[in-house]
Amino acid sequence: MTEKQPVISIRNVTKRFGNMVAVDNVSIDILEGEFFVLLGPSGCGKTTLLRMIAGFEMPSEGQILIGGQDMAGVSPNQRPVNMVFQSYAVFPHMSVADNVAYGLKISGVAKPEIRTRVDEALELVSLGGLGQRMPDQLSGGQRQRVALARGLVMRPQVLLLDEPLSALDAKLRAQMQFELAELQDNVGITFVTVTHDQDEALSMACRIAVMNKGDVAQLAGPSDLYEHPANRFVADFIGSVNIFEGKLTVDEPEQAVVDCPEVGRVYLNHGVTGAHDTTVWVAIRPEKITMLPAGKAKAKDSPDGHNIANGQIKGLSYLGDVTVYEVRLESGRSIRVSRPNLSRWDQEDFSWDDKVSLHWHPTSPIVLLS
Amino acid sequence: MNLFKRAEIAPLEYTRRLWMRAWIAATLFFLYAPLLVLIAFSFNDSKRNIVWRGFTFKYYGKVLENDGLMAALGNSLTIAFLATVFSIILGTLAAVMLWRFRFPGKTAVEGTMALPIVVPEICMGVAMLVFFAKLDWPTDLPWPLNLSAITIAHITFCFPFVAMVVRARLAGFNKEQEEAAKDLGATEWQAFRDVLLPHMKPGIIAGALLAFTLSLDDFVITFFTSGPNTITFPVKVYSMVRFSVTPEVNAASAILIFLTILLTTVALKLQDFTKATA
Repeated sequence: MTEKQPVISIRNVTKRFGNMVAVDNVSIDILEGEFFVLLGPSGCGKTTLLRMIAGFEMPSEGQILIGGQDMAGVSPNQRPVNMVFQSYAVFPHMSVADNVAYGLKISGVAKPEIRTRVDEALELVSLGGLGQRMPDQLSGGQRQRVALARGLVMRPQVLLLDEPLSALDAKLRAQMQFELAELQDNVGITFVTVTHDQDEALSMACRIAVMNKGDVAQLAGPSDLYEHPANRFVADFIGSVNIFEGKLTVDEPEQAVVDCPEVGRVYLNHGVTGAHDTTVWVAIRPEKITMLPAGKAKAKDSPDGHNIANGQIKGLSYLGDVTVYEVRLESGRSIRVSRPNLSRWDQEDFSWDDKVSLHWHPTSPIVLLS
Repeated sequence: MNLFKRAEIAPLEYTRRLWMRAWIAATLFFLYAPLLVLIAFSFNDSKRNIVWRGFTFKYYGKVLENDGLMAALGNSLTIAFLATVFSIILGTLAAVMLWRFRFPGKTAVEGTMALPIVVPEICMGVAMLVFFAKLDWPTDLPWPLNLSAITIAHITFCFPFVAMVVRARLAGFNKEQEEAAKDLGATEWQAFRDVLLPHMKPGIIAGALLAFTLSLDDFVITFFTSGPNTITFPVKVYSMVRFSVTPEVNAASAILIFLTILLTTVALKLQDFTKATA
């Protein structure tokens, strides 16, 4: 496998608006041909970072390189990147074809070439034959495809997408997630997408940078982010999770124990790199907890009394594919457990106020140091 | 069955209620009856405008032969055209400035710009008179330069209207469109020309129509800034009325009405045309 080159290098970039630090000393390399996602809650600086790549904002400090060239002082219309805006920003007074052709016209491409490239681009986003329509005759999903085609037709080194799916309804969004990923695979152009929606990020991305308060909290692939979060923020932001504070009492290469006042002793069958007796946090995903009627639980591969907790069901929500239970533990702490609804017929009905035992495998808990 | 009975009046069917119809009829009557009477009596074959004495076109002929009135009409149209062109440019630029930039004293600028709209016309007229007198503005220039004082006065009260209409239009502009144009390679000027200007166009056209009609029929301010050689159409009509209200005055007014309607229709058609080909 050949080493992929970074097409965008963000080096120690800081952006301040007055006293507010929107982006705080961020360094990211985005590789050639990857689908990169900037994920974070609103106000975390992800859109500011994207706009700095596009050239609409200038970094207060640091450097942004695109294709190896420093972009300082290069205006948006000179950069080899194109952007799909959150509002799509389709020009309402131009037909679909004219919208897509606009960038080519401005850069002085010959007319016959414009026509073939526009047709190609429209075909690519499945809008073939709709070139003469006006934007107000299109649905929201179609307008977004126009915005996509308008960027792709320029053959940019990088296509930037600002919350591309946020204005679509749930069904269409799920469909577009697949289409976008497939499209990116077909054209081979690097995509950088900003989103606050973790499902969107997980389903489309090669790599995700999770941002929090202007900082990159973690940069990793989707499954790594979910199964190996680096800190409490990422564990909590991606998916659903139960987090307990505890003290690391045993830490050997083959096993570790965290003593958590709220849930008892948590046993892990691997070592943790942390100092003895330090405060750590244990995160357990709701689907990795097994729930049985009270007294039936027996944690396999764990010492007696470890990885087991007893409690009472205080709430449940049936979601169709899974049911999520809220279990109040003996310590008073509530914990979430989810169970897939595997059978249509014999659902072992756990119900409100049932007494239950919970247990989990020693590989399930994630130990977080921060 | 209520086969022969009319359906009951639904809550929103206002036009089927008798009192509503009467109200609409009264409104239309007070709006248009005077105009219709004026136009009708322009065809009256009588020296006085009181009793109907038969149909004639001769007063239209007389109007067209009235050199003073025709010169006044020419002046009015020239002034209106110039005032409109300058108002569009100044008003649009002012609107873009107020929309795009934040600067100290912005509210004050907005306020003073609306001033010509709210200040009583008579005050504006007197102010203009004093202003041009103080400047010793030359009054004996050849046509059309002798219209400069009136034109400047008209621009002063016309361009705020353009600015207001365009400003309102700009409030609905999505700035991402301008950024999208730049992102696709457009320069500042190209983005303005290709994205912002088309968005403002309906506002500019509406503003231009306003400016043109305001300038064309302005009497008070013009009265104070016109000299003996720079009579405009409304001022001329006024001086004719002072002798007697003849059908000639009616005919002249009717011509003005037709002109205004024609211009408005053309402008609206033009707008439709550009929309269809855009």
